[in-house]
Amino acid sequence: MAQAARDLRWWFRGVTGADAYERYAAHMARTHPGSPVLSERDFWRQKHADQDANPGARCC
Amino acid sequence: MSQDVHDGVRTHRTDPDRPPVAVEEPHTITGKEKAVFGGIALLGAIAWAMLAIVRGENVSAIWFVFAALCTYIIAFRFYARLIEYKVIRPRDTRATPAEELENGKDFMPTDRRVLFGHHFAAIAGAGPLVGPVLAAQMGYLPGTMWIIIGVVFAGAVQDYMVLHMSIRRRGRSLGQMARDELGPVGGTAAILGVLTIMLILIAVLGIVIIGALAESPWGVFSIAMTIPIALFMGVYLRYLRPGAVTEVSVIGVVLLLASIVAGGWVNNHPTLSETFTLSPGTLAWLLIAYGFAAAVLPVWLLLAPRDYLSTFMKVGTIALLALGILAARPTVQMPAVTQFAHTDNGPAFAGSLFPFLFITIACGALSGFHALISSGTTPKLIEKESQARMIGYGSMLVESFVAVMAMVAAVSIDQHTYFAMNATKALTGGTAESAAAYVNGLKLLNPAGMPIPPIDASVLNAAAESVGEKSIVSRTGGAPTLAFGMSDIMSVFGGESLKSFWYHFAVMFEALFILTTVDAGTRVARFMFSDALGNLPGLGKFKDPSWRVGAWIATFIVVAGWGSILVMGVHDPLGGIYTLFPLFGIANQLLAAIALTVVTTVLVKRGQAKWAWIPGLPLLWDLIVTMSASYQKIFSDNPKIGYFTQHDAFVAARDAGKVLPPAKSAADMDKVVFNTMVQGTLSVIFASLVLIVVLSAIVVCVKAIRSGGLPTSEAEDVPSQIFAPRSFLPTAAEKEVLAEWKAAGLEPTPTGRHA
Repeated sequence: MAQAARDLRWWFRGVTGADAYERYAAHMARTHPGSPVLSERDFWRQKHADQDANPGARCC
Repeated sequence: MSQDVHDGVRTHRTDPDRPPVAVEEPHTITGKEKAVFGGIALLGAIAWAMLAIVRGENVSAIWFVFAALCTYIIAFRFYARLIEYKVIRPRDTRATPAEELENGKDFMPTDRRVLFGHHFAAIAGAGPLVGPVLAAQMGYLPGTMWIIIGVVFAGAVQDYMVLHMSIRRRGRSLGQMARDELGPVGGTAAILGVLTIMLILIAVLGIVIIGALAESPWGVFSIAMTIPIALFMGVYLRYLRPGAVTEVSVIGVVLLLASIVAGGWVNNHPTLSETFTLSPGTLAWLLIAYGFAAAVLPVWLLLAPRDYLSTFMKVGTIALLALGILAARPTVQMPAVTQFAHTDNGPAFAGSLFPFLFITIACGALSGFHALISSGTTPKLIEKESQARMIGYGSMLVESFVAVMAMVAAVSIDQHTYFAMNATKALTGGTAESAAAYVNGLKLLNPAGMPIPPIDASVLNAAAESVGEKSIVSRTGGAPTLAFGMSDIMSVFGGESLKSFWYHFAVMFEALFILTTVDAGTRVARFMFSDALGNLPGLGKFKDPSWRVGAWIATFIVVAGWGSILVMGVHDPLGGIYTLFPLFGIANQLLAAIALTVVTTVLVKRGQAKWAWIPGLPLLWDLIVTMSASYQKIFSDNPKIGYFTQHDAFVAARDAGKVLPPAKSAADMDKVVFNTMVQGTLSVIFASLVLIVVLSAIVVCVKAIRSGGLPTSEAEDVPSQIFAPRSFLPTAAEKEVLAEWKAAGLEPTPTGRHA
């Protein structure tokens, strides 16, 4: 039961994109260990700035 | 490096020191599988027989669910698999753009089950909810058949193939692929086509939502509240708790539900209800102002938080509606086929079943817009090429199921109510009394073919009161009907007293989708427009996305484009949905034609002309449908159908000083004259652009066949270093490979979870 709830939470966070920072941090740790990592606040600012510059489509 | 393991299973490595990155399994089907799929096929056949042949007086909506789900399973297992083996031929030894260009941001391998939800949330919108509701005027059977058969052979095929082609091209967009594969003329026509089609899509979705909100203080108040709620969420995420997306989404959903409840209070408040009772014209201008503001404000303030809300609501509500249908098992009220399938004077939209049914049910069966998603975001997130079947084909099947549920909601409400809601004011007269007289005059039949007893105005008044609205007469556009049907179904949870809550919940949920499409669509169109402007000599500065003035100018022009169609539609004496929805459907299906043309051309260039029928047949069908619909809209002698015939009739009458119904004044006459000219011209532009795309594709295909194939813009192979199963559950052979990775102490993919 607890496992199912954790799985659901993991899935939902993935679908909404709530886990973006964790995945970014994991990516940096894995592929560029030692190089500077953006803070959570700066990461989201950067992400939204990117979205501003290059909007993604949504469907009808 | 390939290795035979056992029973025809082969594994492939790209690095001899690491575990395999791909598994190939034999195509044979086991005895157990035969039994399971045989059973599913049998159940599906029974369900179809109940809907199509047995019919009877009391058709249960549950048969829709079985017919749809069983068909999807069989199609996914067999037809999509055929396309995979024979046409797509995924190579899992090749790195996807997500793996090759991984940057921790937009390029990032993502777990296939998460991506399935993500892709579905990106393709699903208000379209599949609205089209089937309007198509229900022809009866439940033709629409349901097209939603299910269309998705299997057309819609899901398009989404799957475009996704695959874009994966092979580092996530390039449909427009870029069209330019690369069809040459500059076809490519430019495709990009212009996408841009103009986007404007009409936004405008018509705007008319849909205005139809639900006009004269409804409850609806207007609760939708207006989404703006401060989203702003609050945006500020919370930026300054208070960056990254707390789930937390703020839950807060947002609670506030949203509270604003629906508060809407009921506003509705009963003497002065507030007046403040929030707005006319369609006022709402159109508010929507235009909102669209402009939302597209120039920073993403974090409004768009991103509302996107979270809308994803939350989308996944949640669709699951809830499915549960509601299973629990309520409503009985179908509409006959399998109505009189309007044979005549061309349906009240919701004009025209005969062919071709107009197929353009009205746009999104649930085949949606060109999906090609923009399949070629944009998703290829940058997918782990393995072979997962495209599950993500592209699979997600589209779910969207089709959403359309089937919308159909169920529409056909399970009382027929008189359905037609009173969906006929334009010109037909119903706008009051409950005149609408009752109008629907009684339709001589409606029940599913058994017997006349249904006439109603009086009190039935329509009671229906309006049950959902907390002043009137349900001529609430066209599909959204109010869907909300009404949904409130009926959802009242299994909480009973009659919650009906008005569920009605406004459904309106809110559609409005959220539509508002997201309005501002995201405006942004995308602005981006494409600035890019196109930037190609003109002397206007290169428009290409710079950080140039604010340029962004404002481009946004203004884009908003003016859809805004003028929107204003025109809400003031149209003939009814904006009635005149413009066909144009919306044609536009979306023409976009699908562009996408299918691009993938068919790529197959021919790859030397797979033998299999070009797989996207080629739906393309041919789509062209026949859209071209004959366009032809009728442009050349038909019937003033109900042909824009120019109607235009001429109104010009002649105006010049003779007469007023033709439904116009009531000389000003109305001028509106009709102007609108029909604009609508006719748009039909001509859309059809011509698509014909240019198709013709340039034919030229390329002939060249390719003559020379036995041509090079395509496919990117070079980069060997993959990761492994992940191809579908929802890993197969036995995939489990063995996963075990090898575990034994080697390595993570098969960077996504974190794998099973």
